[in-house]
Amino acid sequence: MTDALTYLQGLFGFAWPLVWSMAKIVAIVAPLMLGVAYLTYAERKIIGYMQLRIGPNRVGPKGWLQPIADALKLLMKEIVLPTSANKGLFLLAPVLAIGPALAAWAVVPFTPELVLANIDASLLYIMAITSMGVYGIVLAGWASNSKYAFLGAMRASAQIVSYEIAMGFALVGVLMAAQSLNLVEIVKAQQGGVFSWYWLPLFPLFIVYLIAGVAETNRAPFDVVEGESEIVGFHVDYAGMAFAIFFLAEYANMILVATMTSLMFLGGWNPLFDFAPFTWIPGFVWLLAKVCFILFLFLWFRATFPRYRYDQIMRLGWKVFIPVTLVWILVVGAAMQTSYGHLFH
Amino acid sequence: MNKIKSFFSTFLLIELLKGLALTGRYLFARKITVQFPDERTPLSPRFRGLHALRRYPGGEERCIACKLCEAVCPALAITIESAQRDDGTRRTTRYDIDLTKCIFCGMCEEACPVDAIVETRIFDYHGEKRGDLVYTKEMLLAVGDKNEAQIAKDKAADAKYR
Repeated sequence: MTDALTYLQGLFGFAWPLVWSMAKIVAIVAPLMLGVAYLTYAERKIIGYMQLRIGPNRVGPKGWLQPIADALKLLMKEIVLPTSANKGLFLLAPVLAIGPALAAWAVVPFTPELVLANIDASLLYIMAITSMGVYGIVLAGWASNSKYAFLGAMRASAQIVSYEIAMGFALVGVLMAAQSLNLVEIVKAQQGGVFSWYWLPLFPLFIVYLIAGVAETNRAPFDVVEGESEIVGFHVDYAGMAFAIFFLAEYANMILVATMTSLMFLGGWNPLFDFAPFTWIPGFVWLLAKVCFILFLFLWFRATFPRYRYDQIMRLGWKVFIPVTLVWILVVGAAMQTSYGHLFH
Repeated sequence: MNKIKSFFSTFLLIELLKGLALTGRYLFARKITVQFPDERTPLSPRFRGLHALRRYPGGEERCIACKLCEAVCPALAITIESAQRDDGTRRTTRYDIDLTKCIFCGMCEEACPVDAIVETRIFDYHGEKRGDLVYTKEMLLAVGDKNEAQIAKDKAADAKYR
């Protein structure tokens, strides 16, 4: 392994750091894109099953090639540029939407060692980068020069900004419990079985984070942004690959939120129980299993709940989630000053 | 008291969990999808699909050009022209059904005194260009010849109710 690396290093010379970084980026983005593709397949299958249907099953064995066929279809379609749209911004918007969704993965640890950039304030970095995603949405709505797209973009940005506060407060709880902003340290602080993970002491924050995560990614039941049956939303004027990029960004964000939830509340790569048969399974598999579980919850929610009304979304975000998180942060903070503080570490 | 109760049931997401439990159960329920080209739903002997013109077992066409079907057709989809054949019987020289006009009401079948025009169980046919769905006498007779066994069976099954 090291020999091969040295050989490649000699081959590329001064360009080596660049090439090596690119290789690492591809190693994260390629599986992510595959994950997105099969998340759409899983979504259609699971929602189908919950509606007593069987979902896509025609392309390839059991429909496994369906996402490939969808991607090909979107690639072949024309990118329509509305006449009155601001062309530069119109094409920039999808890039701004997917950029943060991918950039956030730079600091996500998959195992204690396997992380592209193990920076100290990775939690802060994630919060900062994911907040940027809203620019893509606002720009898309604005540049389309269509009132429906604009309405969708306004809703989306208001919703994302509101829920980010609750999400941020939920993370403050994690930060207080773990005493670190580094994701690797946060997971290490949850060392042990299912009862030493943060979902238990920070249960209200866990629930708030999960629901706010659904709202952040504009998924049902908080999908007024798209609202297929009403306004279609900020990407109503996008077609073909430009639309596909928004789609990719949404699903990449879903996987990101699921991963963050697993890392911060479900113990990341820690096995379910801290004894023999469970510890044999490698940590990466545990993380993957937890991410899949959270993603399944997302799909389950979509199959179950009707869409929230817009003012109810705002009420939930501002009048319920923010107070709940504030109260629980207070509880955690107060408890840490007493002899019960160990319960929250 | 009620207010407190409703506050807690809302806050603890009781009803949402109930909803999740319901969809969770349905995830494992038996699926009701019929995978159409591979599986087909059962059809009634009275099913009204593509038309056919029948023949007697001897090979003589049943239709006697009485034009009752043409008269009864509410969509005016049937066009008939008739002439005297060499043996002195009256036969159709033209029997067209415009399937794009037809509403598949089955009244032609009801009107027919000799059970010549019938509607079969065939429903998955198509036309690829304009005019393909105007079925001529030859085409209708061909449909009849091809599906005579099924048609005869369906007629027999339904005969006692007529």
